[in-house]
Amino acid sequence: MSNVKKFMYINNKAPYGTIYAWESLEVVLIGAAFDQDVSLMFTGDGVYQLMKGQDTKEVGIKNFSPTYAALGDYDINKIYVEKESLDARGLTVDDLMHLVWEDEDEDWAEKDSIRVVTSAELAEILDQQDVVLSF
Amino acid sequence: MSILHTVNKSPLDRTTLKSCLNLAVKGASVLLIEDGVYGAVSGAESTQMVQDAMGDVAVYVLGPDLKARGVDESRLIDGVKVVDYDGFVDLTTDNDTVSAWV
Repeated sequence: MSNVKKFMYINNKAPYGTIYAWESLEVVLIGAAFDQDVSLMFTGDGVYQLMKGQDTKEVGIKNFSPTYAALGDYDINKIYVEKESLDARGLTVDDLMHLVWEDEDEDWAEKDSIRVVTSAELAEILDQQDVVLSF
Repeated sequence: MSILHTVNKSPLDRTTLKSCLNLAVKGASVLLIEDGVYGAVSGAESTQMVQDAMGDVAVYVLGPDLKARGVDESRLIDGVKVVDYDGFVDLTTDNDTVSAWV
């Protein structure tokens, strides 16, 4: 019997204004060591976490956005972004960082990790999870 | 009397900006800082509310907080002025009162 559970991390807050986004990323990376089936979803202001071009030099806060690019190396490649949340903020997937992973089964072909999905699709995905952690 | 309002919450997450704009009178200044900077962008659900207020109220946004969040200045609503930390200080001293919405 498999001990692998489906984990979903919900990211619903903007980065930097609160510590939630960074804390979520830390927990995701720690959890990655346990070989579980991990998905991330970004909803509401959480979509701002994935904005490209973040530069925190002048505000004196660590820019943790480059860390998202490392998720693929931890076999975390199901990153769902809610379309309605992008639309409400005047954003498209082109405004987000380009996150990729390498598919071992296809000669390490590079594939996109970010999947833009509708609320309805996201609801179904969420319904299939064993463990949900919300940040 | 002139008032500087500072807002540090995202307009799509909290109603802080809406509350502020409802109470900002003609001649007031509103400075968007921290997560408040998302209120300065065009093409968002919050844009119209801010544009409507800009007839009476001057809207500023803190540049370093924009950069931290990857929001390019080309996204800003026309007429929103970008200030740096020195500009923040000037706004504070140029106005009689500061109302910090948190």
